[in-house]
Amino acid sequence: MSAILPPSERLWWKHPLDRVEGTWIVIALIWCLIMFAMMVGWHIWGKQNLSTETYKTTPEKYTAKAQAFVEKYTVRTETADKTPVVAPPPGSDIYLIARLWSFWPILELENGKTYRLHLSSLDYNHGFSLQPANINIQIVPGYEHVVTITPNRSGQYSVVCNEYCGINHHTMVGRVYVK
Amino acid sequence: MSVTTTYRTDPRSGLQFESHAERLITANAVAAVVFLLIGGLLAIGVVLTRWPAVHWLEADTFYQVLTAHGIDMLIFWIIFFEVAVLYFCSSTLLRCRLATPRIAWLAFALMVIGAITNNVAVYQGGSSVMMTSYVPMMAAPSFYFGLILFAVGALIACFVFFGTLVVARRDRTYQGSVPLVTFGAVTAAIIAVFTIASGAIILIPTWLMSIGVVEKVDPLAYRMIWWAFGHSSQQINVAAHISIWYAVAAIAFGAKPMSERVSRGAFLLYILFLQLASAHHLLADPGLSTGWKVVNTSYFMYFAVLASMIHGLTIPGAMEVAQRKKGFNKGLFEWLRKAPWGNPVFSGVFISIVGFGFLGGISGVMMGTEQLNMIIHNTIYVPGHFHATVVVGTTLSFMALTYFLIPVLFKREMIAPGLAKIQPYLFGLSMYFFCLVMMGAGTLGVSRRHWDMAFNGSPLAYEWPGAAYLMMGLVGIAGVSAIVGGAIYIYVTVGSLLWGKRLESGQKSATFTPIPPTAPSAAVQSYGSIGFAAPGTFVLAMVFLVAFVLYYFINWKYLSQVWGLS
Repeated sequence: MSAILPPSERLWWKHPLDRVEGTWIVIALIWCLIMFAMMVGWHIWGKQNLSTETYKTTPEKYTAKAQAFVEKYTVRTETADKTPVVAPPPGSDIYLIARLWSFWPILELENGKTYRLHLSSLDYNHGFSLQPANINIQIVPGYEHVVTITPNRSGQYSVVCNEYCGINHHTMVGRVYVK
Repeated sequence: MSVTTTYRTDPRSGLQFESHAERLITANAVAAVVFLLIGGLLAIGVVLTRWPAVHWLEADTFYQVLTAHGIDMLIFWIIFFEVAVLYFCSSTLLRCRLATPRIAWLAFALMVIGAITNNVAVYQGGSSVMMTSYVPMMAAPSFYFGLILFAVGALIACFVFFGTLVVARRDRTYQGSVPLVTFGAVTAAIIAVFTIASGAIILIPTWLMSIGVVEKVDPLAYRMIWWAFGHSSQQINVAAHISIWYAVAAIAFGAKPMSERVSRGAFLLYILFLQLASAHHLLADPGLSTGWKVVNTSYFMYFAVLASMIHGLTIPGAMEVAQRKKGFNKGLFEWLRKAPWGNPVFSGVFISIVGFGFLGGISGVMMGTEQLNMIIHNTIYVPGHFHATVVVGTTLSFMALTYFLIPVLFKREMIAPGLAKIQPYLFGLSMYFFCLVMMGAGTLGVSRRHWDMAFNGSPLAYEWPGAAYLMMGLVGIAGVSAIVGGAIYIYVTVGSLLWGKRLESGQKSATFTPIPPTAPSAAVQSYGSIGFAAPGTFVLAMVFLVAFVLYYFINWKYLSQVWGLS
């Protein structure tokens, strides 16, 4: 009779369906299909889709590329560590290094312009958490992830590391300016 | 078999306990509560450090405590209890002897040794790698070795469970199909085998890497296979606690499933699709194609979501039908008003069902949506979600079941019944609020697993909005109140075992009494309205759907305002 006893009908798959259940299953299924369509549709019509362009890399190779990029476009340095502030031209490839415990360099971008942002880590997993916009992307060592970004508001943004990476994890913050 | 055994029929519930199974259920449940106690003590450190105004522990201690809290709660407390549930659902519900009790004790010993080894590794320092232990960050070899031992033990326990099903079949202790609750336990055990195998596939090479035998484990491959273990282990919980919900509906109301076909079909969907939900942990990762993400987290995962939505209707629905049959048939909600709200077995489960659906379920779908994941990934929204599923859903259900087991299994009268009566409300509702404010803080971007939201010592520190600080302060307050609720549970449970009045244990016999066949039930129902047997539950389900739809589109609205990404 109850859920803790064997069902009285031997063939449980022939047990009749109540109308409440039948109705609810149909409604729930339709809702699941809407959510499925939404996810696919956003790829077609939406403006926020995470790129899947990825390359295998090594810390040495990635550092060399980032170094060349910084040398080319540095406009000034900031903070006591003399972190370079890099202002690349719109449409270009830009590089951000995540490592224990900093993001390097500081980026200066133009509002409404599109850039190809390369992300990789030199050591552990890190997190790219752009605040206050609240965009969050995983950074995995050995992989170079190319994300196309288009800033839509001017101001000062911070990149907070939101993947635990050791004792000074809480000091790992980078910066992006949008002009 | 040379092992002799006896069967005890419990005079309070009529359940029949085989002596080996009874001792093993007791041992596993007690070990579970010990780890809940340890995890609960660790929770004090986590909560009081993330409460910005208190900020209690130093960074290294905080990460150590957070690592241990995660593993003790998510793995040890829950899986020990689940092994007890598996033995209960096989040997006790099917009234048969437990297969190979000596091997079951071996499994228990491996699990205890593994859990202690892992805990010791964390407390020694040098293994503060979080529960996820992403490579290339390395912990001490004993950290992985402890987990592997525990997993092997748990795997053996699953096979003891399967063996017990065979024993019951062969000894003909029941006729026809197994009860629905046992069917749910089979689902949990099948998912457990998949989960533990995934854990072994990734933890063994990582352990070999930690002792220098293997040179490198790919960080992305690690993430993918680890999550097949890490998330699927939470799916064992879902299958287990939903089985408990059905069991409690049967125990508290004598409720029978509305339709065996629907409920069992939903469990089958879990077996086929639930583990694929683990793919949503990789939505913000490089290297995986859009097609892979969409197929796994949408097409497949929504079948599991569908199954959960079905259980979410059929369990309260079964309660409603049973109540209406008893005459609580007025209006839409008399059945609910007249429910035994003072019985912690029922109130715990009902608070668990509502919280799991509204807070855990809806937020889980948000995180599992490819694009929405970008505004949630690794923020404190994530622990907000899984405290709603694992703590409100699983832990609270296990607590409710314990209140039933104290007289029935442990043969003790519950001490402090007044405290037990308020415990599910205090614990459950504090956790509701805790999860809500965590998700609020996560929506503002606050990171999970982060010692200091003021970024003390960073040259480029970011200033969170005041609302984020307020939310994290509320997380602290709600967390402390939930910990008090947890402490009451431990006090009532352990206290009853130690000082509770001994109850009569009931008739013992050397042979089992088979379950008598049940008479077919009448299909026609004479209660309910507009052809609905459970109209009240249907209204509640529609409220749930409206909340779900609104919140879903609110999140798309948030997403549409962030930077363009392609």
